[in-house]
Amino acid sequence: MRTITCDAVIVGAGPAGSMAAKFCAQGGMDVILLEKKAEIGAPLRCAEGVSKSWLDEVGIKPEASWVRADMKGAIIKSTKGTSYQLDESKAGNEVGYVLERHLFDKALARDAANAGAKIMMRTACTGIIREGGKIVGIKAKSMGEEIEIRAKVVVAADGYESQVARWAGIDTNLKLSDIDSCIQYRMCNIDVAPDYCEFVIGSAAPGGYIWVFPKGEKIANVGIGVAGQLCTGKADAKMYLDKWIAEDPRFKNGQILEIMGGFVSTCPGLDSAVDDNIVLVGDAARIIDPITGGGICHACRTGMYAGKVLSECNKTGDFSKKALQPYEKLWRDRMEDKLFRNWMAKEKLATLDDETIDELIKLIKTSDIKNVTVYNLLKAIKEKFPQVVEGFEDLI
Amino acid sequence: MISVDVDKCLHCGGCVGSCPQNAIYLNDFVLEFNKDCNGCGRCVKLCPVGALSKE
Repeated sequence: MRTITCDAVIVGAGPAGSMAAKFCAQGGMDVILLEKKAEIGAPLRCAEGVSKSWLDEVGIKPEASWVRADMKGAIIKSTKGTSYQLDESKAGNEVGYVLERHLFDKALARDAANAGAKIMMRTACTGIIREGGKIVGIKAKSMGEEIEIRAKVVVAADGYESQVARWAGIDTNLKLSDIDSCIQYRMCNIDVAPDYCEFVIGSAAPGGYIWVFPKGEKIANVGIGVAGQLCTGKADAKMYLDKWIAEDPRFKNGQILEIMGGFVSTCPGLDSAVDDNIVLVGDAARIIDPITGGGICHACRTGMYAGKVLSECNKTGDFSKKALQPYEKLWRDRMEDKLFRNWMAKEKLATLDDETIDELIKLIKTSDIKNVTVYNLLKAIKEKFPQVVEGFEDLI
Repeated sequence: MISVDVDKCLHCGGCVGSCPQNAIYLNDFVLEFNKDCNGCGRCVKLCPVGALSKE
């Protein structure tokens, strides 16, 4: 069997994997980045909406190729029909771009390659190799050939599937209520504003929300997430989305160009995203905003943190769980409180009826929030409806 | 124990990441269930298009 040796093997060339690869390579490491599929960034499993504020933080400069649409604002709607339009002046950097993920992901992988990472396409990780209990690499299938990749450290960047971590003995299993089942259509010939992202909450999307993220004139990603505990095995996500589309006249002449499924985790984060000789990044580490389902900025941050910390570890050759703690500290300091707060908010939101949700949106409409963020929205809600934020009021 | 309607499956991998037994593998367009599947039915419940069923 062919054996390849490197410093770090990174499983999955999504944003987290490519960012990790780039920063490892910049740190002087010999890095191999694996992609199971035949194309990086496709097929799409994403609503493609991102805010702008974090791009600078992770050193990504927007490129015309992957910014599909620049948003002016967002519209939040209740199932009963009350809507709140949020404009750029109030949303600041929270409003953002709608991406072309297939080009965005390739751009990040290109940056990793430019930094010196080697990319192996059509190469799936099939297991972990241990010697004397220690992780020493992975087994893979590359263009049909069984190979071994020996490395000092494995980076699990395999997305929601999160199998590499579990093969390595790290528990990334989710509670049913911390899973959102999603489906999305790329719809054309629809009458939606080309520069506003729309969110619909309430019984139209039990425990989750419906989104309409424009991809240009008369075309958008129209999707839904339904909370796992409210799914019944009857194609719930598709059924709720189809019902909502059928009842909205803007979609009367709409046609579907693409259908995609995909799940998101909505948990507050793992107990540990590292173990001896292994690091988890992005969706694979279950680091996703539990209320928005947004994972790209977290993926890029955790990828960057991992790459920087691994480069340091490479100087001593110590990739033990203890040596990897700086990575734990970096992501937790930056994101853990917010993940927990938004997880609590998500848990509460799933219990509210349409009347209460309608009241909340009316309240937000009339309150004078200068800078609209999830945090400020929760603050306004706390003042009027303290029962909604009961249990996590200290975090607001 | 779990059967897949290949004409409905979108190959999204949602069931893979949701399986408490890590018993499902998405091999391109084919879902493979290994011996660890205990038929709990979580994947059936969650599938966004209803492509899975318990036999």
